Amino acid sequence: MAGTAVRGRLTWQLADVVELVDETPRVKSIVLDVPDWPGHRAGQHVDVRLTAEDGYQAQRSYSIASAPEDDHVVLTVERLDDGEVSPYLTDELRPGDKLELRGPIGGYFVWEASLGGPLLLVAGGSGVVPLRAMLRHRAAARSAVPARLLYSSRSLGDVIYRDDLNRLAAYDEVDVRLTLTREWPTEWNGHRGRVDMELLSEVAWPPGDGALTYICGSTGFVEAAANGLVELGHDPARVRTERFGPSGSR
Amino acid sequence: MDALDGNAIAGQLMEVFGREMTMTIGTCGQCGAGARIAEFAVYVRGPGTVARCRSCDAILIVMTAIREINCVDLGGLADLTPE
Repeated sequence: MAGTAVRGRLTWQLADVVELVDETPRVKSIVLDVPDWPGHRAGQHVDVRLTAEDGYQAQRSYSIASAPEDDHVVLTVERLDDGEVSPYLTDELRPGDKLELRGPIGGYFVWEASLGGPLLLVAGGSGVVPLRAMLRHRAAARSAVPARLLYSSRSLGDVIYRDDLNRLAAYDEVDVRLTLTREWPTEWNGHRGRVDMELLSEVAWPPGDGALTYICGSTGFVEAAANGLVELGHDPARVRTERFGPSGSR
Repeated sequence: MDALDGNAIAGQLMEVFGREMTMTIGTCGQCGAGARIAEFAVYVRGPGTVARCRSCDAILIVMTAIREINCVDLGGLADLTPE
């Protein structure tokens, strides 16, 4: 491994695992100390590489959940039962362990306060991870940009960052809307069912307001939400998308 | 198989080109459509990684890594323009 990273070049490096946080029964956040971290922009990801004793390597991408202003780099990982990498990260990794990664990566699915808004964020499942980084960045940068997050989960127990999102939603200009697709508590007064045209038109600003939109989730989720917004009249050039595999590799 | 998008190959491209590439606009050599690499339809489940045009489905980029050597075929692209 290179001793010094050349700025701008992508170099594998070892991060120290500081803490693991249970987000839901299937999702953990990995709090990392990354020596010489060059800083990142909200929405970027890292590549994580695991190496077995026999030299076999497996690599996956994970979105960065922390804001650039946060003290640590945080990744949030959903455990996939048939996954090669995520079960190790969620079940085996311990504080004090090393984790090999490279990044930050990506320049498209990125929001910075200077890009303005209004900011419409649409998340399916663990697609909320990079969008949470954007909301944390918005708060840390003291941005006054109005922001709305529409977040679809299977059940209340599957909602990642519930407490953090409640805190972020306390800002006047931030509105967090949850929709639950499979089961909901009897007293649930949020939305029910999948993100569809009706829900999008209810939550999104009118197309004329020119919202900057970020959609992240599975391929099917992202395409339904993006097509829906374009059909409602939103400018496709202001709709940015990031698709996770059916295997949820990111 | 569901297509991902160019965000999924941002790391591989950065490794090869030495810079962030997903904001770069690629022009399809078949239909002439231009799109950011981030918006290409990307298939990562095959033996290699394939990026296709979302307008006409033509193959734009094929990448394979063999014994840590990256092979990148950009033959489907008529042009690459950094934004």
